[in-house]
Amino acid sequence: MANFKFKRKEPLTDTGLLMTITICIFVVMYLLAMLLLQGGFLHAQQIFDMLNDNASLIIVSCGLTIVMIGGGIDISVGAVTSLTVMSCVLYLNNGGNLFVSVLLALGIGLAFGLVQGFLISYLEIQPFIVTLAGMFFARGMTTILSVNPQKADHAAFAALRDIKIEIPWLGYVAKNGNVVPARIELGVVVALLCVALVFVLLRFISLGRGFYAIGGNWQSALMLGINVKRTRFMSYVICGLLSGISGYVFMMHTGAGNATNAAGMEMNAIASSIIGGTLLTGGVGNVIGTLFGTLTLTTIKKIVVSSGLNDPWWQSITTGGMLCFFILLQSVVLGRRAKKKQS
Amino acid sequence: MKNAFKRIFGTGLGQLTIPIISILLLVVFNLIRDPSFFSIGIMHNNDGNIVLAGNLISIINGASELAVLAMGMTLVTAACGGQDISVGAAAAIAGSAFVKVLKSAPAINGGIVVLAFFSACLVAVIFASFNGTLVAVFKIQPMIATLILYTCGRSIAYWINGGATPTVSSPIITGIGSFIPGIPVPTPVIIVLVMAVLFKLLFHFTSLELFTQSVGINGSAARLNGINSTFIKLLSFIILGVCVAVAGCIGVSRLGLINHETLLLDVEMDAILAVAIGGNNLGGGKFKIGGSILGAYVIQMLTITLYAMKVSSTDVKAYKAIVIILLVVIGSPVVKAKFGKFMGNVMKKNKKVPVKGAE
Repeated sequence: MANFKFKRKEPLTDTGLLMTITICIFVVMYLLAMLLLQGGFLHAQQIFDMLNDNASLIIVSCGLTIVMIGGGIDISVGAVTSLTVMSCVLYLNNGGNLFVSVLLALGIGLAFGLVQGFLISYLEIQPFIVTLAGMFFARGMTTILSVNPQKADHAAFAALRDIKIEIPWLGYVAKNGNVVPARIELGVVVALLCVALVFVLLRFISLGRGFYAIGGNWQSALMLGINVKRTRFMSYVICGLLSGISGYVFMMHTGAGNATNAAGMEMNAIASSIIGGTLLTGGVGNVIGTLFGTLTLTTIKKIVVSSGLNDPWWQSITTGGMLCFFILLQSVVLGRRAKKKQS
Repeated sequence: MKNAFKRIFGTGLGQLTIPIISILLLVVFNLIRDPSFFSIGIMHNNDGNIVLAGNLISIINGASELAVLAMGMTLVTAACGGQDISVGAAAAIAGSAFVKVLKSAPAINGGIVVLAFFSACLVAVIFASFNGTLVAVFKIQPMIATLILYTCGRSIAYWINGGATPTVSSPIITGIGSFIPGIPVPTPVIIVLVMAVLFKLLFHFTSLELFTQSVGINGSAARLNGINSTFIKLLSFIILGVCVAVAGCIGVSRLGLINHETLLLDVEMDAILAVAIGGNNLGGGKFKIGGSILGAYVIQMLTITLYAMKVSSTDVKAYKAIVIILLVVIGSPVVKAKFGKFMGNVMKKNKKVPVKGAE
């Protein structure tokens, strides 16, 4: 909704405002990093690396954004990603078919989405508890499948994994004089495609508009004739499906299954969505903001590492600090707007 | 008899239905599986004290930290309508502060331990007030506000002791963590009892229970009635902070060392689960601390049962999830209403009005 036309007819909505703030802060932060730290930040590859490393996080965050807009929460996403990676790797290693492995990933995600969605929307159990159980189940199943790390050993998959899109004119000249082209993994394309699809869903399709409606006020939505239960159900199904896709992308990035894969991903995804301007209370949020939220989160980590603060605790302390900053900012901005509206 | 039966199946035991049913189910399951599960033995530990031992004791003992945290979590849940997901990280911070004070003293005696405990309380309360301020003053969702401390809490704990995992060895610390000479009951159990009595006294002599419930049900209505809802929310976080410090100190004393990465790992999820199994609404409002304590014991009993069935510790989570889902499905309002209606129809065919389900 951030349409920067010359003359804006309607005022910026809460969603648009929060997203604009995030994008501005991301751009300012990145420019500052380019000016002060230079080094890797001057190369376009830095951004592509951020995307390559976080493709699965972006996909998961998209799903979480949908659920959070609908007023729910899903903390099973990281564990489902991990379970998908492990099952697909094991399936491929036992002589599986590449195409079927994609279906398997989608199937696992969909199954989690269907069961959790049913329990939450039709049996009216609190989403936190259901998805917590989902998280426990997926993590437990991952270790039951294999405690030891498994490397994917499959020719067709290796070929798929190594597909990289190279953009020579965005590359840089290495010290020995060779031109290193910018590389983008296939997963990034999938991730950006997911972002685009979710954007279209939330913006132009009635189901997507329904998510905002039930998140804003489900009683009003009910009176408007929206099938609240079905809409809520669908939000979890889509989120589950995206977790499955994220698992496959994760596998394409690492090429191995490990019980501790994607540990803490659910909290990173929630943090990305919040930084991107999605409110946990529901009804406010935008998937483009989530994309920039993920990038902001990654940039701050990269900045910490490049500033020479290599001790492991600095990353999480700065992440926490930045989260605090964004949360307070949103609270203050929205509080002021609410007051203005009242007066 | 018929009345009691009707009350249980028609309207339920109220809030305590799920925890009591689940404890009964687990007891019956264990009785069928292996009756010796419940045997309690008396044995001598390494120091030559007479102590109680057995699965039941290890359940009650092992759930101590969880029970203490669940008490505080219930209050926060009731007042704020959200959960604190930073308790594990905050307990690591409190434990680190506890060890830091103990290590800086030349010799560990009773006074130093008390001092260390109070400094751990102080540190935990400071962090809890930070969370509380975000929630009460800035009106941020509790889960989001505590996500900050969840992200960086363990790093702060790491920083307090300079990244090391120092050990403390003293008979007093061992006494807190396991057994006091002469008393056969594990000390953490006694601490839980003391905390529960303190909560009971707090609710008996103040109107905190009523105030918390009214703030949780409708904050603005409570404010119009003259209740300072900001203060009540902040207070609930501060009380949770004290609980966190107690849990952290128990955890440290049990092992005799502080490991900031693993101390009470993932306890926040279990604590929230305990509150939910205890029949408290995670959206705030009415609450029963007793339910949450029972919930904590249900979780621990489940874990110990699974261990007794030779399930490996990494796989426990999957089975736990299945049981949790079963429990919450039984406790779900929709299922309860349907079941209540069905039982009502079966019990009273001659009466016109069927017994509606509770809630």
